[in-house]
Amino acid sequence: MFEDFRQQFYLNFVSEDRWHYLANGLLVTLKLTFFAVLLGLLIGFTIAFIRNVHDNTGKLKILNFICNLYLTVIRGTPVVVQLMIIYFVIFGSVRIDKALTAILAFGINSGAYQAEIFRSGIQSIPRGQMEAGRSLGFSYFQTMTKIIMPQALKNVIPTLLNEVITLLKETSVAGYIALEDLTKGGDIIRSRTYSAFMPLIAVGLIYLVMVLILERFVKMIERRLNKNDKR
Amino acid sequence: MKKFLGLLMCAVMVMCMAGCGKTASGTAQAGILVMATNAEFPPYEFHEGDQIVGIDAEIAAAIAEKMGCELQIEDIAFDSIIPEVSSGKADMGMAGMTVTEDRKVNVDFSDTYAIARQVVIVREGSGITSLDDLEGLTIGVQQGTTGDIYATEEFGDDKIERYAKGMEAVQALSQGKIDAVIIDNEPARVFVTENEGLIILDEAYADEEYAIAVRKGNTELLNQINAALAELKADGTLDAIVAKYITAE
Repeated sequence: MFEDFRQQFYLNFVSEDRWHYLANGLLVTLKLTFFAVLLGLLIGFTIAFIRNVHDNTGKLKILNFICNLYLTVIRGTPVVVQLMIIYFVIFGSVRIDKALTAILAFGINSGAYQAEIFRSGIQSIPRGQMEAGRSLGFSYFQTMTKIIMPQALKNVIPTLLNEVITLLKETSVAGYIALEDLTKGGDIIRSRTYSAFMPLIAVGLIYLVMVLILERFVKMIERRLNKNDKR
Repeated sequence: MKKFLGLLMCAVMVMCMAGCGKTASGTAQAGILVMATNAEFPPYEFHEGDQIVGIDAEIAAAIAEKMGCELQIEDIAFDSIIPEVSSGKADMGMAGMTVTEDRKVNVDFSDTYAIARQVVIVREGSGITSLDDLEGLTIGVQQGTTGDIYATEEFGDDKIERYAKGMEAVQALSQGKIDAVIIDNEPARVFVTENEGLIILDEAYADEEYAIAVRKGNTELLNQINAALAELKADGTLDAIVAKYITAE
């Protein structure tokens, strides 16, 4: 039993340096997640801001419409379909770096979810604060940037980190465009050794460890943020 | 609800027991013969309407008939076929699968039923005319196929892009994302007729033989399949099926 296990381990990871597939895949997964989150932050923040301005002042009608359309389409379709549309349809006839394609796809996807997270953060601040700010002579934008946003951001940080965790796991579909991320790395090993157990469990464990690390990080930040809350 | 679940469980258990190759002795008796394949591989197996058809599908149906079983075809990713067979989820794997030493470690193979070649598809006017020109270029393959395995060995990991389906590799080729695709001869011919501007190099990349994979040690099923194959070869059914899908050049 143990000997068998050892042999399988050797076959799947050591022989022909197969662990390289996992190591390189892990790097790709981390790279994808990191840049997609950044892109998502940018998109999400912008959209949340536009929609909030529209809700409060009635301005930016067209932009708000575009944002709503974006949110509906992105949140209403699976990320793997979006990824393939971007790779095979939008960049249909050009040779483009696959990692870049995937970052765009996952970033655009994550942006929609982050937009809603930001918006909920802004809405969590009582209306009275906006009114108080305006009555003290602040402009709308001053009230937003100086009073509402700092509090809203603090409220959404844990939720945003959870979105990062979700995104990390969602990048596992990158293999659909022949990009060799962690999951695909395990798949390649599987297609060479024909054993299911080792590569799949290893890939699963690596994801789990990454998520656990991120979760610890979320907890730590939550504790720090709650320090000054006398609730 | 509980009753329904109970019924469902009973049905599942009965179906398991009746499974053609899954009886205690490993013999295929009256029941269902489950074939695992990747139905993205014309003309050997592909979807037509709501059915999976092709050379492999028809040969499998003929074998099942000889064995007195009902054929059930499961469509999964190519690189999952061998695990599916070796874990007993399917009785046999038939997907234009070449016999290789690595695969023999995990499954047993029947006698060969078809000869195939690995060929190279390139874009027309790309200037690639022989295998030597492939050095340093980006090559697309279907993950886990012999094309993938040979090409990875020869050209190195960085140069190979592994798609889940041969069709996707060909699509990437015609969109200019990669320089060449290495794939089996017959699907290559179908892909080239369906996509304009693609040609097959005259020089074959490798020659190989297709066989049916069964679970390791399941000699009874293997013998039955071999016997059926021999009969089909002898009475010309095999050639007739191949001729139906492949027109001579």
